[in-house]
Amino acid sequence: MEHLIETTLTLNGAQVTRRIPARQHLVDFLREEMGLTGAHLGCEHGVCGACTLRLDGKIVRGCLTLAVQANGRRVDTIEGLSDSGELALLQKAFHERNALQCGFCTPGMLLAAQDLMHSKRHPSREEIREHLSGNLCRCTGYQAIVDAVQTALVARQGASR
Amino acid sequence: MKAPSFAYTKPQSLPEVFDLLERHGAGARVLAGGQSLLASLNLRLSAPEILIDIAGLPGMSGLRVEGPLLRIGALATHREIEQSPDVARHLPLLAQAVPHIAHVAIRNVGTFGGSVALADPAAEHPACALALGANFVIAGRRGERRVAAGDFFRGLYQTALEPGELLVAGEFPVLSPGYRSAFAELARRQGDYAIVGLAAHGRVDGGRYGDVRLAFLGAGDRPLLARKAMAALEGKPFGSASIESAQAALGDDLDPPADLTTSREAKLHLARVLTGRALRALAA
Repeated sequence: MEHLIETTLTLNGAQVTRRIPARQHLVDFLREEMGLTGAHLGCEHGVCGACTLRLDGKIVRGCLTLAVQANGRRVDTIEGLSDSGELALLQKAFHERNALQCGFCTPGMLLAAQDLMHSKRHPSREEIREHLSGNLCRCTGYQAIVDAVQTALVARQGASR
Repeated sequence: MKAPSFAYTKPQSLPEVFDLLERHGAGARVLAGGQSLLASLNLRLSAPEILIDIAGLPGMSGLRVEGPLLRIGALATHREIEQSPDVARHLPLLAQAVPHIAHVAIRNVGTFGGSVALADPAAEHPACALALGANFVIAGRRGERRVAAGDFFRGLYQTALEPGELLVAGEFPVLSPGYRSAFAELARRQGDYAIVGLAAHGRVDGGRYGDVRLAFLGAGDRPLLARKAMAALEGKPFGSASIESAQAALGDDLDPPADLTTSREAKLHLARVLTGRALRALAA
């Protein structure tokens, strides 16, 4: 028997209310109920980072968050953050530096990288690697991904001059 | 995989939590940040009837200095601890240890209390609490009690928490003058569970080791104090001879279980390597 819980969250800026099975994690809710398939499910136990979302402005594992835990909170996904233009610098740099092959890890990588862009002005290559260490890329594209984040950081510096 | 079906409730007060724990007994699991619990549910390693979500309960969040103690609420996240100026100043051991816990996205959600109550033997907070002589504040229907970290961890995922009780905070003595801390950990990748780790704390004034506490993680069924090695260091001058005597004594302190990738002997060797690094860091 499914236990349904009425849940209201702000999803990419819009208020959404649904009756949600208690056991459903946030990514399944987004993918199956809301049609937002940008957050991916790789391992589904917190290791791979492909499901990275933003909850109340902080990056989280979508697969380790129950959708009902988002009640009263703000959820931002790759779709919302792409549409708003917030990720444009990083997306351009990923494109330029060939920082994706199959693209499965890319939404999570972008959210984790953007979190670093927010929290640090001039992170070193080592700090970039550490911040992205919770996001796995099975195409082994790490060098290019770190290059892209560095490119975005340089572009941001140029833009703020 | 997908988690099995369970019910979910979000009580607003501690008495409500106690009612729920009483009513559901072993069928209930407390949900704090959920960074271990939800993974184990997705893997179907656990099948509770009901999750009791304690997020937002009053009196259990944040960190504050209370006289000679720093109180860390059970619901304080790893990230809050990592970024707290009070922790950096008063509990440098925790400030060094927390970046080893998983990754930012998990540290944003995972809680101090969740880590302590789960009592994974490879976790960082339990070993730090043991090294620093922290107490845990436990609430139950009949009020609060305090249990020293040394008495709290009873075995693999076993703690002094009784049915119906909830961990509400940790109380850490703030850093005393002349004392220093060092944390060292080896893992296969950044953020993985430790193969072995060491939380070290002690008096280092006058060029000698005193009152040193060495708490190992990943070296047994619970965080362990290396008492023989600690005794070997008492009053000894900084330098290789003192470090080597502590490293030798570790053979009597630790009997680490082999895991899939690391033998008992390799773990003991790595524990000695970490002991050298931590003792040199204390003396630096």
